[in-house]
Amino acid sequence: MTTTRQSVATRETYGRTLLTMAEEHPDIVVLGGDLNVSTFVHLWRDQYPDRFFDFGPAEQNIVGVAAGLAAAGKIPFVSTFSVFGTGRPYDQLRVLISQPSLNVKLVCTHAGILTGEDGMSAHSIEDLSLMCALPSFSVTIPTDAPETEQVIRAAAVTRGPQYVRLPRAATPVVHSDGYQFHPGKAEIMRAGGDVSIIACGSLLAPALDAADSLAGQSIDARVINLHTLAPADENAIIAAAEETGAIVTAEEHYVHGGLGSVVAGVVARNRPVPVEMVALHGYTSSGPANELMVKNGLTSDGVAEAVHRVLKRK
Amino acid sequence: MAVVTQPLQTVEEMRATALESRREILKMIYDAGSGHTGGSLSEIDILISLYFGVLRYDPDAPSWAERDRFVLSKGHASPGFYVTLARAGYFPASELPSYRKTDGLLQGHAHPMTPGVEMNSGSLGMGLSFALGHALAARLDGRDYRVFALLGDGECQEGEVWEAAMSAAHHRASNLTAIIDRNRIQNDRFTDEVMTLEPLADRWRDFGWNVITCDGHEHADILHALHASAEGGPTAIIANTVKGKGVSFMENNPGFHGRAPTADEYDAALKELA
Repeated sequence: MTTTRQSVATRETYGRTLLTMAEEHPDIVVLGGDLNVSTFVHLWRDQYPDRFFDFGPAEQNIVGVAAGLAAAGKIPFVSTFSVFGTGRPYDQLRVLISQPSLNVKLVCTHAGILTGEDGMSAHSIEDLSLMCALPSFSVTIPTDAPETEQVIRAAAVTRGPQYVRLPRAATPVVHSDGYQFHPGKAEIMRAGGDVSIIACGSLLAPALDAADSLAGQSIDARVINLHTLAPADENAIIAAAEETGAIVTAEEHYVHGGLGSVVAGVVARNRPVPVEMVALHGYTSSGPANELMVKNGLTSDGVAEAVHRVLKRK
Repeated sequence: MAVVTQPLQTVEEMRATALESRREILKMIYDAGSGHTGGSLSEIDILISLYFGVLRYDPDAPSWAERDRFVLSKGHASPGFYVTLARAGYFPASELPSYRKTDGLLQGHAHPMTPGVEMNSGSLGMGLSFALGHALAARLDGRDYRVFALLGDGECQEGEVWEAAMSAAHHRASNLTAIIDRNRIQNDRFTDEVMTLEPLADRWRDFGWNVITCDGHEHADILHALHASAEGGPTAIIANTVKGKGVSFMENNPGFHGRAPTADEYDAALKELA
């Protein structure tokens, strides 16, 4: 069962949201690396050229300069593609930003495998693992346009290093206009007592669709939007384990080190229950994004199958 | 608003300060049992010239917005930095023995938990980018402070240094000065043996920088270079230094890049620095 939803590119929402904050937050500066049209910070570049710095594709330097700007009291938003913004300058993120806990906002687009045709090197399937391993960083994966706007607004007024993960593709809008994002608090999108599906990003819509189809089989699935992996809302995860006794995680990321690992860690430490993970199990090839999602089982059917597996282990 | 450096020293006073500082550096490293001796001894005259001749700062207000920024990019040479910061008044000299000790104020590599330290360090190549961030912030805020970054010469083998150099010239960071401690020795051996750096001055010039060369142990010469770099930057000062300067058996000796002196070596060194 698939619900029809409007799709919006959250990277465009990001660029437009930044613009609306410029006057209210004069300390915001934006740094890019020759991908500014793709990340939509060209909107800012064209309107606030004095508060925009392009460094070309030199990501180590971008992150280093951002750290210096933050130390001088600025609020730097750094934007490039996820593969270039996390892995390439990882040592700078670690030493210059995470260890002294500087107020840098790393908002990366083109994360996950929705970059499709560009192929393996463009598929960012390790970024959540990398960023969750940096103790000071918060790690957030907005799922749609309304959530992206609120996450970006919260980032501007929350001190500390933050990573925000956005895809290239337009993603389905699953939230209504009245949605209220609460930093650090997971969103229960659907109540249910038989099993919990904990998802983020592009897997949230498939998780909701899976819950709809499972309802037809008298399986009552709770759906949780774990938009923030660090710090994760442990109470929501523990409650899911205690109240539903089985958990399926779903994410567009490598199975190690992302949402599944975060949830499994909380469950193992607090309330062990069976966990199944819908995730990538390795690199994948070039191809249209939707075909790659199907090929790798990142679909509502894939989530539903994982629910049946985990219920057998309950 | 304080607009003068404090406390200013004459060149003669700097020479005396340098001698005492060299003794303190060796004591810190000897007591800690580890640390980077050679690079601390090669950089100390540069640091004294900066802190007692050029920099604008208030040790009682380390985050004063108008302060000049000094970024130690070669963060392993922290003993020379700590000795200088203590003399400048950022913390009492009684903190120096806490170097490398559990719960001590003075980390193995300089970290901003220590008053007066701007940047976390220990991974080479990052300081010039960080300094550029401060330099751009000065422009955004309409402030006239200067930003200095001290780099090792071996550190100039890091690619990020040249990313930062290219972008500082592009963004016209005229308030930014890089100082290269050109002691010709890096961790393993002489820089020429590891990776050719020459023609170093031409390389900086080709990246759009002004270049000034000075004797990195002559305070008057260093001061002249630091004052001359105030205009028309970004400027790179290549300070020709001697690794291990001041102790005959440490000078030009790659073995003293990253180790502490033994008891006998420590005694012999102090005699030379009497």
